[in-house]
This record gives sequence, C-alpha cells and structure tokens, in this order.
Amino acid sequence: MSACPKILSQHFDVPNAHKIEVYCSRGGYTSARKVLTEMGAEQVIEEVKKSNLRGLGGAGFPTGMKWGFIPRQSKKPCYVVINADEGEPGTFKDRYILCLDPHALIEGVIIACFAVKSHKAFIYIRGEYVEPVRIFRGAVEEAYEKGFLGKGIFGTDYSLDLIIHVGAGAYICGEETALLDSLEGKKGFPRLKPPFPAVKGLFNSPTVINNVETLACVPHIINKGAEWFSKLGCEKNGGTRLYSVSGHVKKPGLYELPLGTSLKEIIYEHAGGIRQDLILKAVIPGGISSSILKANEIDIRMDFNSLAAAGTMLGSAGIMVMDETTCMVKALLVATRFFAHESCGQCSPCREGTGWILKIVERIWEGKGRPQDLDNLIDISQNIEGNTICAFGDAAASPVISYIKKFRGEFEHHIKTGSCDLVEAALK
Amino acid sequence: MPTLKIDGKDIAVPAGTSIIEAAKKAGTFIPHYCYHPGLSVAGNCRMCLVEVEKSPKLQISCFIPVADGMVVHTENDRVKEAREAVLEFLLVNHPLDCPVCDQSGECELQNYYMNYGLYESRLFEDKVKKEKVVPIGPTVMLDGERCVLCSRCVRFCDEVTGTHEMGIVNRGDHAEITVAPGKELDNAYSGNTVDICPVGALTDRDFRFKCRVWFLEKTSSICPGCSRGCNIEIHWNKERPYQTPNERVMRLKPRVNPEVNQWWICDEGRYNYHFIDQNRVLYPMKNNGKDLVQASWQEVMEEGSWVMKELQNTAVIVSTDVTLEDLWIAKELFIHKLGIQTIAYLPTKKSGEEDHLLRKSDKTPNTKGAQALGFEAKANEIFSLAEAGKIKTLILFGHNLIDLLGKERAQKIAEKVDSMVWIGSNQHEGMNLAKWIIPSSVYAEKDGTFMNYEGRVQRIFKAFPALGESKAEWQILKEWAQHIGINLPYENSSVIFEKMVQAESAFNGMSYQKLGEEGVLLNDSKDEGRGTMDDGRKKHVL
Ligand code: SF4
Ligand code: SF4
Ligand code: SF4
Ligand code: FES
Repeated sequence: MSACPKILSQHFDVPNAHKIEVYCSRGGYTSARKVLTEMGAEQVIEEVKKSNLRGLGGAGFPTGMKWGFIPRQSKKPCYVVINADEGEPGTFKDRYILCLDPHALIEGVIIACFAVKSHKAFIYIRGEYVEPVRIFRGAVEEAYEKGFLGKGIFGTDYSLDLIIHVGAGAYICGEETALLDSLEGKKGFPRLKPPFPAVKGLFNSPTVINNVETLACVPHIINKGAEWFSKLGCEKNGGTRLYSVSGHVKKPGLYELPLGTSLKEIIYEHAGGIRQDLILKAVIPGGISSSILKANEIDIRMDFNSLAAAGTMLGSAGIMVMDETTCMVKALLVATRFFAHESCGQCSPCREGTGWILKIVERIWEGKGRPQDLDNLIDISQNIEGNTICAFGDAAASPVISYIKKFRGEFEHHIKTGSCDLVEAALK
Repeated sequence: MPTLKIDGKDIAVPAGTSIIEAAKKAGTFIPHYCYHPGLSVAGNCRMCLVEVEKSPKLQISCFIPVADGMVVHTENDRVKEAREAVLEFLLVNHPLDCPVCDQSGECELQNYYMNYGLYESRLFEDKVKKEKVVPIGPTVMLDGERCVLCSRCVRFCDEVTGTHEMGIVNRGDHAEITVAPGKELDNAYSGNTVDICPVGALTDRDFRFKCRVWFLEKTSSICPGCSRGCNIEIHWNKERPYQTPNERVMRLKPRVNPEVNQWWICDEGRYNYHFIDQNRVLYPMKNNGKDLVQASWQEVMEEGSWVMKELQNTAVIVSTDVTLEDLWIAKELFIHKLGIQTIAYLPTKKSGEEDHLLRKSDKTPNTKGAQALGFEAKANEIFSLAEAGKIKTLILFGHNLIDLLGKERAQKIAEKVDSMVWIGSNQHEGMNLAKWIIPSSVYAEKDGTFMNYEGRVQRIFKAFPALGESKAEWQILKEWAQHIGINLPYENSSVIFEKMVQAESAFNGMSYQKLGEEGVLLNDSKDEGRGTMDDGRKKHVL
C-alpha cells in the first residue's frame, strides 16, 4: 500500500469538520488571508500553474492555465462558477467535500476569485444533494458572519459574494456550458464552443468554471507550496485524487490516493477486494461515461495516459466494480437508460440515438433480441460518437460499444436463449 | 481573404464566413436543417457535417469559420455516411405521415432522404408519441411528432421578433417544441415560423389542406400591404382549379431580399391576398339613380366622356395601390395632355401599425412613387372644392370615400359632383356613390413596378389574367384617351417604364432588367451600401 499523505480528506473524520471554528482552529483561512494581504493576482496564478493542479471534474485541464485565460482588461465583470453538480453515476467525491470540509472549498473559491479579479462566485449544487446543500449553506453563512465573504474581506478592500444555486435534476447541467445556461435561468443546453467560457461565459462575461475538488486543493497549494503539491502527483499532474469506489467490493467508499495508483490496488487493497470473495468480472474506472475494463485489464495505473491507452478514461475517478454475478445486459440496460433519460435532446444523434439504443437494449433484456441488434447497437453508437455538440454523446456511446465488444458472447447468449443463465450459473 | 479548397475547388471568401456559406459561393450545397442565414447558429441538427482535413472529427459547416488553406470535403464517403446517419436519427421517431402532411413536396426530410438517405430501415422499436394538431396561435398549427427540433422557430421568436413565445421542453427524445405557458404564438410575424420550419411540424392554418404544393405555380411580386415593399412569391393553383373553386391564390411566401425584407414578411401582408379572388368588380357598371347596373365598356367610354365636357371642373385622385406605370399614364393623360390641375394622390387605406422590423404605417405600396412622379397630397383641397360644388367630375382610383371621410361628407361630395367615376378592383360601400364604375385588375394580374418608402423601385409580375372584364389602370386610361382622341402609344408596361425613365430624371438609368432581384433605389448612383445575403441584417430593416 502506497504511503500517501491525505490532503482533501485528511480532516473528514474530525468531529464537526464542517464548522468554521473547527476549520479555523487547524489554520483554516490563513491561505486566503495570505493571498489577499500579501500576494498579487498574477502571483497566485503562477503558483497554481506551478503546482500542476488539473481540473478534477473529469476533463483534467490545467487549472492555472484556465485562470490565465481570463482577459485582464475586460470591461465586463468576471465570474467564478463552482461546478458542484456531481451527477456522474459512480461518483460521490464532491459531496464529501461539501459536507465534511466545506470551508476548504470556500477558501479555495476566495483565492480563485482573487486571482481572476472576480467579485461574484456562483456554486451550482446538484439538486438531489439536499444534505450537502444544507451543510454548505450553513458554512457560507458562517463565512459571511466572520467577514471571510462579503465586503472588505480580511480588512482589505476586496469584496466577494458567493451565491448558492441548487440544480433541478438534469445531469447535463454538469456540463459546464449547460450549467451556465441553467444558471442564467434557461433550459440547460450545452453551448457550441468557441467562444469558451473564459471569454464569453455566464451572462456573456468572462467566466472560470472549476470543480469542487479542484478548488478545495487550492488552499493547500498556497499553504504548503506549489512544489510540494506538484510532487505528490506525477508529471504534469499535481496532488492526489479522490477515488469513489462502489459496487461489489467489501469496503465501498471514498479513497484519497495518488494519481496513478493501480486500479487493482485500489480494488483489492484499499476497498478490501470483491464481496464474498467472488470473482471480479468488470470495472468501470472513471464514472459511467468511461469504457468498461474486463477483470484481466485492471492491472493499470489510474492516470490520464495509461487509461487512455487502454481505451478508457480517468473521468471522475468513479470506480464501479462488478463481480461475476453481474449480468452485462442488465448493466448496459442501466447505463443506456441513464443516457436516454439525461440526453439534453439538443442534437439529433444524441437525442434520437440514446432513446433508440435504450429500446433495443430493453428488447434484448426482455428476451426479444435479434441477432443483428448487437451490430446495430455498435453502429448507432459510432454514429453518435464524435458527431455531437458536447461530450455527452461520446459518453453515451462508450458503454454500449465497450460492453458489447468485451462481453459479446454473453450478449449473444442472451439473445439466443432470452435469459441470462450465465450469471445464474456463476451464482451456483 | 482566406482561400480554401472545397471539394477540390479553390474559393476565397471574407474571414469569418462559415464553411456552409463559402460552399454556397463555390456552388456546393450542403444539406442543413437548423442553420438559417437570418438566425444565430445553433449547430444542433448535425446535418451539415463535413470533413475538414487535419481535424480528427467531422465538423459542422454552419458553425466553423473558414481558414486560409483549409481543405474541405463535402461529398466523400465519410461525410455521406455521417449524413445518412443523421437522417436515420431524425427519422427514428418521425411519424412518416407524409401523405397527409401539408409540407409534403417541400419538406427537407423528404428531399434529403431522396438525395442523401435511401437506406433500408433498421428500426423495429415503437416510436415516441407526441401531440399532433396543436393550434399554437391564430396562424400556426404544430405537429410535435414531425418536429426535428432544429429550434429555428424558437430562435426566430427570440432573435427576430424578440417575443419569446416558443421554447423546447423535456429532454432526450421526449424534447418538444411548445409555446410558453399562457402564451400563444401571435406576434405580427408568426407566419414566418412556418416558412423556416424545414419540416411539416409547423403548418399554416390558413393554407392547411387547401392544395398540394406541387400544384402551385409561383410568381414573383411585391407585397402591396404597406410601403415596405416586401418581396414575395404569389403561390397560385394552376392545375387543379376544382380543388379550390374561385380561388386562384393559395398563399403568399416571402422572397429573400437582403435590402428590403431579408427572409421575412409580416402576417398582415402574408394573409392579405383573399381580395385578389374575392369581392371583385368584374364588369363596368353605371348608377341608374338607385342601383349599380352592368354597363358595357362602350357605354362607360362614350357616355362617360366627362372630362371632355367639363374639363375645367374635373378632378382626379389617384391611389397609391397602382403601379408606377399606371401613375405615369395618369400623369401623361390628366396633367400633360388634359392640363388638369386638380389632381392629387391619396392612399386608399388609413395608416396603421408600424414597427422596428418591417411594417410601415402607410398601408399602400406606392406612395413614394406617386410623390416621385409629382402627384401632390392635396386630396383634401379637392374634397373641399367638391363640397363647395366646384367639381363636376371626380375620378377616384379605388378609394372608399365613406371609409376615408365618413358617410356624411362622402354623401355630400357625391351629391355635389355630377359624375363620380370610380376605377377599382374590389367592391365596397363607398363605390355605390359613383356614377360610373370601371373594373381594374389587381397587382397579381399586372406587370409593373412599385416604389417603396425608401425610394426603391421593384418589379411585380403578372401571375394570371385579370378577372372578368377588369383591366390595368394604364390600359383603361389609354383606351379612354383614345375615345377622346388622344393617342397614348404604349403597348405594355415595359414600354411605359422606358418612356417614364426618359421623361423623369429621377429614374435615370433604370430599366426592368436593371431592377433585377433587389430593385434599384431612386437616384441611387452607387451600389456599395448593398448587402449580400451573408452579411446579416441591414440597419433599415432591424
Ligand atoms: S450530445 Fe446530447 S447532451 Fe450533448 S448537446 Fe447533444 S443532445 Fe445534448
Ligand atoms: S417546429 Fe419546425 S422550426 Fe421549430 S424546432 Fe421543430 S422542426 Fe424546427
Ligand atoms: S411589412 Fe408591409 S410589405 Fe412587408 S409583408 Fe408586411 S404589409 Fe407587406
Ligand atoms: S445545419 Fe449545421 S448543425 Fe444544423
């Protein structure tokens, strides 16, 4: 087991970790104070660039660079938007931060806003996160009371408001430009890019959009230095990652580990191995949008490049483990139902394709599959892939293609016999 | 200017031009649904995908601007497959009710399927059901199942009219077009949504089920509904007259003119065509003191030689509904040949609503033309003279005096005037005041020109023969001149136009040919300010 310092989750076990006194008692808000009173905006951006912090919502874009894109001379206000619309199935890391270390996030927000000279930040929290919203709201109120948000923070002339917006339940609003539309009061439709949000984002103004986990790292970078942070990770990738592990493991939960930790190690050592010591069948490594891996493919480093080489992705680092009792047809049915339900419906291939795919998979599941269905499913998915406005289309295609390609025999058997006795056999 | 290669053809276009527009310039049509040059780019239909060398993914040509050295393929196998796939997706939940769809024959789903689809169906699933036959406003019917969710209609209401009635609700393949709760699609330009809807989702309640579009003949014209002079097409039923007895014109559609109306027309203008076939004056009539009774042309021409009799007491009020040609002949005859001073122009309609988009308050098409030819706005003077018994003969061009002056004053004038001659096309109460009625043709039955509010001379074309015995005003005046021994040697409107151009310096250099598609501005020597379809709105329109 690798010895890794915990950063984001180090205080999760502290009683009342979400309270501002508790946070302050361990040195909370000192980095924000330092930034506001001792550092310049450019200096902060440089520091974050040096730390090699990358966006932890899924896309992995270097954070410092993102901040650097904000035009310096804009006449319009600049906004910082925190994406807390954690909707990727199999992912629950942001929720922990919102509940157990909300002030680290708020502090990160203050620093980010200062760096890009923004005076208004919006946090878009997933609507289903009732408890996290309640806790985070409390934390924001505390921060206002202490004068860490609002006018003249830390006695400087810098002011910042943080506005909480609760989503209405659409997964697509986690896509950053759909999120902006939704924040503006419109239906959440991903936008065509360019222009990118850094130029034309919320209310047509320059906007930085960061994920919760990303911003929660920022105070640590300021406190302990960019170099320290960058060394925790690997090349061009500072810090640790929060892996959400769910499914058929003995100890499902959130694990903070270095980037590049072996998937096998995460499953068998940290998460305790497969429940009832059954045989592992498949693993989704990075949220439902990532392609599935077979049991013999898990000896792999959890970093951007290694996973890309294996035809999948790190995504949100939501690891979903399936043992031998899992019916892959059923697993695909669940995935396709999700995508058909959550497609925003804007572009033709995704809107029509996801629904069509679902109907075919449903039919196979009901025992009415036809031999040509599998090739059709792959073909339909490939017709969606790469031809849509946002990445959702690719995400919807990847489970279909990977599940069928990797478990074709099982799908064929299901179509032929109309049932999944393979799984039943495994259970005996 | 960036130069790019489209299907092997080099073309230079201004920076910022989209690939789809550059291709259009190069003569290559790229199929599309959501793209419309008059609206923002939505990029949602994905029909316009093309291959751009060095880009790993196919690109939507409506959105991607050209770049120097770009190499684009619009017809290779990869593009064709992608197009076919998009069509297949669009038809997954389409009800395929083309046989009973009004759009049939001018539907881009049908057209593109024939051109780019022709695949075998592999759909075995049930389709999503949506609401059909939903009247979303006074003019438009929505069929949710036929909608391809291109959002053109939504963008039109957001961006052009700014009225925001329409939107998309629900997600995925349950997404639907609808009007906002408690709202109707009832803005002054609602009919345009039907034009821009590429499929049969939005149909025109006025046109629905009247005529299959392939039986329609199309004639270019200018809307006579106001002084904007929007360019239109008259769609009329040529081959199946029994389908719509006594109605030739089935609908009006906008014709693109970036200088005047861009892609749009207003509803007032769009539905203002029933007068062409209804309520027409079909033959000459005379007033026997009680009723209007049919008369022969001979009678109205001879017995009605009023002008000869009472020349010094004759007044003429021309309308601004007639063409420049009609007006110029009136000028020739009444002013030049007969020397009548009491002559004026007067619009036949009261002024109405005006807005920032197209509609002008002058609800007639040729006021500026009458002014340009030197007619004066002194009809009221003439009416006063008439009231004072100083006018013996009053010649009106279609005016409804009761409507314009009120019953009392109109009747008084009629009593004081010996012969009131009324040359017009459509019956109304005010017509009964006249002694002589001469039937004239309507704009759709004429060749000629109108001059819009800004002085743009534009052509109208004769779609079909004049109804009954009616004739163009210039023809009536010419024949009548002949009766009183004056020869106006003009055989058709183009000859008249030529003569007018020679005689009137303001029209210098104009000819029917030069008027072309966009018309020509009066005394407009330089053309630089003229836009093309690509560069968006012109300030005088929006
Ligand atoms: S890919 Fe899907 S989710 Fe993304 S914009 Fe298109 S329809 Fe919406
Ligand atoms: S109703 Fe017509 S214009 Fe409107 S979104 Fe549907 S297909 Fe497009
Ligand atoms: S704006 Fe005037 S010219 Fe244009 S369609 Fe309407 S009535 Fe006709
Ligand atoms: S026309 Fe380009 S995406 Fe619709």
